[in-house]
Amino acid sequence: MTGKRALLTGAHFLNGDVACAEGAIAAGCRFFGGYPITPATEIAEHLSQRMPEFGGIYIQMEDEIASMAAVIGASYSGLKAMTATSGPGFSLMQENIGLAVMTETPCVVVDIMRGGPSTGQPTLPGQQDVMQAKWGSHGDYGIIALSPCSVQEMFDLTIEAFNLSETYRVPTLLMGDEIVAHMWEKVVIPSPDKIKTVNRKKPNVPRDQYMPFMPDDDLVPPMACFGEGYRFHATGLTHNERGFPQTSSSEVQSRLVRRLCEKISRNVDKIVRVEEVMLEDADVAVVAYGIVARSALSAVRKARSEGIKAGLLRLITLWPFPEGHVARIAKQAKAIVMPEMNCGQLVREVERAAKETPVAFLSKLGEDPHTPKEILEAIRGNC
Amino acid sequence: MVEQMMEHPFLKYLRSAMIPHIWCPGCGNGIVLNCFVHALDELQVDLDKLVVVSGIGCIGRTAGYTNTDSFHTTHGRALAFASGVKLANPELEVVVVSGDGDLFAIGGNHFIHAARRNMGIKVICANNFNYGMTGGQQGPTTPLESLTTTSPYGNVEHPFNLVHLAAASGAIYVARWTTLHVRRLTQSIKKMLQKEGFCFIEVISPCPELFGRYNKMRSGLEMMEWFKKASIVESFSDPAKAEITPDRLVVGEFVDVEKLSYEKLLHEKISQINEKAMEKVS
Repeated sequence: MTGKRALLTGAHFLNGDVACAEGAIAAGCRFFGGYPITPATEIAEHLSQRMPEFGGIYIQMEDEIASMAAVIGASYSGLKAMTATSGPGFSLMQENIGLAVMTETPCVVVDIMRGGPSTGQPTLPGQQDVMQAKWGSHGDYGIIALSPCSVQEMFDLTIEAFNLSETYRVPTLLMGDEIVAHMWEKVVIPSPDKIKTVNRKKPNVPRDQYMPFMPDDDLVPPMACFGEGYRFHATGLTHNERGFPQTSSSEVQSRLVRRLCEKISRNVDKIVRVEEVMLEDADVAVVAYGIVARSALSAVRKARSEGIKAGLLRLITLWPFPEGHVARIAKQAKAIVMPEMNCGQLVREVERAAKETPVAFLSKLGEDPHTPKEILEAIRGNC
Repeated sequence: MVEQMMEHPFLKYLRSAMIPHIWCPGCGNGIVLNCFVHALDELQVDLDKLVVVSGIGCIGRTAGYTNTDSFHTTHGRALAFASGVKLANPELEVVVVSGDGDLFAIGGNHFIHAARRNMGIKVICANNFNYGMTGGQQGPTTPLESLTTTSPYGNVEHPFNLVHLAAASGAIYVARWTTLHVRRLTQSIKKMLQKEGFCFIEVISPCPELFGRYNKMRSGLEMMEWFKKASIVESFSDPAKAEITPDRLVVGEFVDVEKLSYEKLLHEKISQINEKAMEKVS
């Protein structure tokens, strides 16, 4: 399973899907199971070519349900594993994203957002899956979702997604959009020894004492893999620390589900990443993520040139939601402007964190993202 | 004199902490597990390299009862999960034990594609003609006119003939037995475990508490009597003609052929590409 590493390094002109695929390989991903779907197909195409060069597995499954199940299986066999899809496929994956959450499976799911609902607009961008990312599967759980705004970040954040998923044993979502996936930009890739990669914790107890869901102090249990002699059981049913089903114990249900939430919520400070631009003295703060943040940055700069004290809070982590960062700028700013390519999704979280500070929401659907001018006008109107 | 309790020789194959099992009196699932464990014992299978995967349903608990690495997936997804396991580590022996509803209704698509690919997974399907776990509903193998909790006027859906479906989908080994045929079933499981590729054994299994109750076979014994009366052992007969009827249960082996497995083809391809990639670098 080892191949001579012909990892890309240096500066390259790539599209976002290809950058994501290369990021996966650089992160150590050696299993991809997926199903073709616009605008994420190029990730599968590129990995079908690249995976074998690294001794890795590429398989096109019969649908997205199977893709997600195979990814979990491969992860339990010890490989870093991922899939990539778009809205309709993301909906199908929710069932087994829940299984991955429950069985604490490190894995990465890339969702290149297009216009929905249903088949919607396959070739146009959207940000309509960001609530589904958090709440898509039934039950309560914590999850991590990242939002790239450039082709460079399609590479960088794919690696970050693997590192977070291996650290917290949680499926980690890369929520791109059609534009960052399909546009071409310069990507600078460091040499492999400069790329930080994280591998899941392994058990350090004798095999007969191993409890597959007994957490350490960080609430994350060390993970044995199939074939290593631990002979452990895992199930989507509510289970105790040994992995045995406990379907009628409210105590076990509470202990397990609260830990699944808290292993993320208690580590928010370690997980969350944002980019803050000119926020120090900002009267108007624009909160944006993904491709929309690029327009927002232009708008903020233009506003500054007009003498308006505007700033940008770009959310790199969408989930867990950077509530603290939003609350802090909300205290300082007179108003918040939030452009999103949906009918109002993450803005609800922003409003919750902003408390009394007014939030002006800019909705955009079915075409190009907000222009800098549209955002600038909102800044002018709220300063 | 206190008699020393002898440890059951097969205890090492079971997770005693998970026993007692959840299965009803007269259920055939215990027989299926028993035959599986016998086959493991006779072959001296390395339990550290065996992964048992199951879906949802009564027989789905088998994964938890076997003392190996095991995984209890979401409903219908056992084969898709198992495909990932097998490809990521082809040295593992991967066995899926699940039911007719799990494998052929909600999981039907995964079944035909795993068989088509000839994925090296060994499948044991306990067919009890209904959904037992949820209380006896009609399913993809429920015979015409049978009564279930959701076909109270008699089932009007044509059932799958599972051995025909498996053979047509590309399985390299296909057999059907009932829980009455314990020795033949055990031999069949042994044979399957020694093959490379997608193998399928259907085990007709009694569900007297539900399917039997609604269809005038109220005990496990009565169901077994039906199996005894109706079963005909035929070797390598045409699976297309093996449709199950109240009077005729054709059992035996239907397919036993050799074909390169998916994981073998894939890993051969990977090593070729890998070698080339290495040349390119050096």
